[in-house]
Amino acid sequence: MQTVFKTSYDQDINLLTKTGEYIRVSIVILMMLAAPLFVDVYYLGELGLLLVYVIAGIGLMILTGFTGQVSFGHAAFLGIGAYSHSILMTAGLPFPVSVVLTVALTGIIGMLLGRSASKMHGFYLAVATLAFLIIIETIIGEWTDMTGGYAGYAVPELEMFGFYFAEVWHQYYLYLGFALFVIWGAANLLRSPTGRSFLAVRDSELSARSLGINVEWIKIQSFGISAAITGLAGVLLAHYLAYLSPETFGVLESLKLLLMIVVGGLGSIAGAIFGAIFVSLLPVAISILRDFLPGVVGEQAGLEPMLFGLIIVIFVIFEPEGINGRWKKLLHFFETFPYYRKSSFVRQKSYLKTERMR
Amino acid sequence: MSSLVVENLSIEFGGVHAVDEVSFAVEPGETFAIIGPNGAGKSTIFNLISRIYEPTNGSMHYGERDLLDVPAHKVIDLGIARTFQNIDLFEQATVLQNLLVGRHRRMSRNLFRDFLFIAGARAREREHRRKVEDIIDLMEIAHYRDQKIADLPYGARKNVELARALCSEPSLLLLDEPASGLNQEETDDVSFWLDDIKHDLGVTIVMVEHDMGLVGRVADRVMAINDGKLLAIGTPDEVRNDPAVQQAYLGTAA
Ligand SMILES: Nc1ncnc2c1ncn2[C@@H]1O[C@H](COP(=O)(O)OP(=O)(O)OP(=O)(O)O)[C@@H](O)[C@H]1O
Ligand SMILES: [Mg+2]
Repeated sequence: MQTVFKTSYDQDINLLTKTGEYIRVSIVILMMLAAPLFVDVYYLGELGLLLVYVIAGIGLMILTGFTGQVSFGHAAFLGIGAYSHSILMTAGLPFPVSVVLTVALTGIIGMLLGRSASKMHGFYLAVATLAFLIIIETIIGEWTDMTGGYAGYAVPELEMFGFYFAEVWHQYYLYLGFALFVIWGAANLLRSPTGRSFLAVRDSELSARSLGINVEWIKIQSFGISAAITGLAGVLLAHYLAYLSPETFGVLESLKLLLMIVVGGLGSIAGAIFGAIFVSLLPVAISILRDFLPGVVGEQAGLEPMLFGLIIVIFVIFEPEGINGRWKKLLHFFETFPYYRKSSFVRQKSYLKTERMR
Repeated sequence: MSSLVVENLSIEFGGVHAVDEVSFAVEPGETFAIIGPNGAGKSTIFNLISRIYEPTNGSMHYGERDLLDVPAHKVIDLGIARTFQNIDLFEQATVLQNLLVGRHRRMSRNLFRDFLFIAGARAREREHRRKVEDIIDLMEIAHYRDQKIADLPYGARKNVELARALCSEPSLLLLDEPASGLNQEETDDVSFWLDDIKHDLGVTIVMVEHDMGLVGRVADRVMAINDGKLLAIGTPDEVRNDPAVQQAYLGTAA
């Protein structure tokens, strides 16, 4: 096993500490950079979509995984991002301006939702965010003048200062740039006071408050940044889809985002990335599954949401730390081989918290 | 240095007088213990001072400041930090992260700046880290630094919680049963730390404690309450020998 000998506080402040981490992260980034050289155009497009989900996943991870506030409504921010960007681009705004305005708009709407949700917990929060999603979906559907309603909306071409992102790989690099930026920013949050207040609010509002954290304001901020990042994912999703319709941003999409972070592993950036990979592979798995299931079951329209729900339940029960947790155990196994002990991961007895004053 | 002055403090929970017209004053630099049988209202007094509960009557002042004007998350800005009877740490965060949250009162925070990690973020982190390390040394918890709270044994959690409160550089510490659940050796450690905190850091301490041995060793004065009502205030010996106090303890078979 590699033990890190601490010689300076910077080792805890830096984003990556172990040599192994450096190597792994560099390899992944290099592979992502080189992908257009050896990946077929179709799969490069799919890789672009994966990056969109990485961004959206980090958006939701900040709210749910770091701050502990569940949201069944995050597809709404994808929708707001996709539509407002498309509308602004159609109106003739340059791409960067439209992106900045869209991200700001989704951020503000997120803060407004956060303001009403900041006093809610658990079930009530879930219902409130779900209601928000339904309202936004309805507005998108009914506001025909603006959004084209259920007939759909054609997304303008991706163009910046006269340069058209006509090739798939142009778009891919743009997506990769945004994804790396968002990952870096989220990692920065975690090593600074704001991110720590998110964790504090997640683990104990009572303690957080007694240490000087304005819990409501932190929740509002978390909703804001989470929505803004998800809005950015919406922008990129719009260009991937090229044609928007309201039902794309419904309950199923929200469930998919939640599924992603639960399966990936709540509370870590890597979890959002693993989750995005999982969700991207899921359609393939589902189509294979459909072939195997008897016709009546396989053709059921409700198969997907049911599967999503089932997978979430299975992970919550059997692997609450998600794929990221599995991955860490695997790494630990190799690093400590042959001294690996299963008990390294067995929790100490946990102690009850004051339930009566939450 | 400020003194804590509580006058006629009362709170009712659905007709139950959990704290009933209690008055006391804690002088700067003093170690003040609150004792009483289970359900006497000791923790409730702490929750009132830290503004988690709204009193039905009475006043509380810390120095010049009227505590009733201060919301719960600003109490620490007056220099009042606390621990909880059932230990209330950030379970899924590391010891270091917990302690850094303890420094929150002293840290500026800005969402955009933190997202981009600019404008001296690293320098600020280093500076606060140094302060945290001082407390880590004082409390001898260096070997737990990078562990998650959820993986720590009970005794270590108690120390981390006290350390977290100290990280805010308080002038008044409210400790709710600092020795409960600890064995004799750990309790002795606590009494040494309390001495250090009082003498080296000059912190005023108010503590709720059942262990009369510990109270006798560290407390300058003791207040006994029962059923929300004040029974006696005085030196540990005076309070121990007070007939009303003895009656209360015998009466509840504690
Ligand atoms: N939030 C609350 N709602 C209703 N009743 C409460 C609440 N908090 C405290 N009480 C009641 O107030 C009384 C005093 O409780 P408190 O927790 O202050 O006792 P304590 O002296 O700290 O006892 P212990 O030694 O067991 O910790 C008890 O009867 C308790 O049930
Ligand atoms: Mg108590």
